[in-house]
This record gives sequence, structure tokens and C-alpha cells, in this order.
Amino acid sequence: MNHWPFVLASYAIVLLGTAAVIVFSLATMRKAESKADQLGKRQ
Amino acid sequence: MHAFANPTRFLALAKPLTLWFLVAGLVMVLSGSAYGLLYAPEDRLMGDSVRILYIHVPTVWLAMGGWTGIAVASIMQIVWRHPLAAVAARAIAVPGAVFTALGLITGSIWARPTWGTWWVWDGRVTSVLVLFFLYLAYIALANASGDKGGVSRVTAIFGIVGAINIPIINRSVVWWNSLHQPASITVSGSSIDSAFLWPLMVNVIGFSLLFGAIVLMRMRGILAETKVEARLKRMAAE
Repeated sequence: MNHWPFVLASYAIVLLGTAAVIVFSLATMRKAESKADQLGKRQ
Repeated sequence: MHAFANPTRFLALAKPLTLWFLVAGLVMVLSGSAYGLLYAPEDRLMGDSVRILYIHVPTVWLAMGGWTGIAVASIMQIVWRHPLAAVAARAIAVPGAVFTALGLITGSIWARPTWGTWWVWDGRVTSVLVLFFLYLAYIALANASGDKGGVSRVTAIFGIVGAINIPIINRSVVWWNSLHQPASITVSGSSIDSAFLWPLMVNVIGFSLLFGAIVLMRMRGILAETKVEARLKRMAAE
């Protein structure tokens, strides 16, 4: 049995999954922090 | 630890740490994965499928480490009423669930060429699946609690009680018959050859740094949302 399709699928899923959770967390953080900054400046 | 009960003091440390953890984690994970994929030797018995080790072990390590973090933070919330403990526990839940899912998926993919099946209902695999469901239940409980910044006491107690599953996962391959191999790395040493061990360690540290960066980003997001909500309430009251 050729193992490479299993190996490549595993790496792709983990690296894409990790990248997705990083990008989502970063976007949520930046959105919340910029909203807090804008509100702070308005006061 | 109580020095960081003040969110301003915590943010002064968290902001530079987020970037350092992210950059160092990315460099380590990309180099460790490239080495594991392209240069590490194949195993005598498992062949090229042994390369899945370098990404499967870090994901399951973080799945278990994540819940341990939730349990420690929940104890700090209940016993010492540390204001950031609940925020930390809430921030760990989603990445913990994601890494548990990734561990289950990569384990299933690895099982097909080595065990001849995608899934077995043995102690190790089933207890990690239970951990995934515990994460989902924790996220649902945390979202259902009215406390925007942190989590309720019920959620914190659930975080502590759910930690009983961590030693069960760890000892499952000893207590029950399993296709899963026994622990290769213990406190007394490692039975893995150094050719396989060092890229694994690079990836374990790299993924742990990325997990740390994700948790810090989520904590900063929750603190900013809490700040916005408090300001809007104050403006409405004026």
C-alpha cells in the first residue's frame, strides 16, 4: 500500500486547520480591539 | 500569578508575547514538518506512514494540555477568584476542540495503513472522542452563561470534573487491550530513536507556541469585547 496519500492528507488537514484557527482568532481580536480603541477615542 | 489580575498589566505582556509565540511557532512547525515530511527516515515496520507521527502527537498533546489548562484556570477562578482565569479557560476551549478534532482525524488516517481500519472503539480512541464531546459541551455551557467576559461557576465546575478524562486517556493503553501502541515518551525517558525524536520535539514545541499565541489572541479579543460592552453601558447610563 502506498502511504504517501495518507501522509499528505494528514499534513494538509493539520496545517490548514491550524492556519484557519489562527486567522479566525487574529481577525476576531483585531476587530474587537479596534472597536474598543474607536470607542475610547470618542469618549 | 495575581500580579496579572490587572488586565492592563496582562495586556502589556500579552501583546509582545502574542507576536513572539506566533513567529517562533510558525518557524518551528514549518521547519519540523518539512523535515518530517522530506528528510526523516521511514520506519522499518510502519514505512512512510511514520511521518504522520510529527503532526499527530502534537495535536493530541495539545488536546490533553488544553483541557488541563481549562481545569487549572477553573480552579483558579473558583478558589482565588482570579479575574483573568475565566477568560483564559474560555479562550482555550475552541482551539482545544480544534486540536482534538485534528488529532482524531490524523489518528484515523494513520490507522488505515497501519491497523487496516479507519476506526476502532478501543480505550484510547474512544476516550479522546469523549474529550472532543467534553470540549463541545464546555463551549456550549460557556456561551450559554450570561457572563460575557468569562464563564459561570457551573461551567468552571464542569471544566474541573471533565479533567477526570485526562488520566483515563493517558492510562487507557495500559488498562485496556488496544491496537494503539503504549506510551513511547514517559518521565523516565523515550524509546524513540533520536532520528524520529528531535523533529517530533521541534513540532511539539512549535505547535505549543502556536496554541499559546491563539489563546493570547482570544483572551485579548474577549477583554476588548468586555471593555466595549462596559463603555456602551456607561454611555447609555449618562
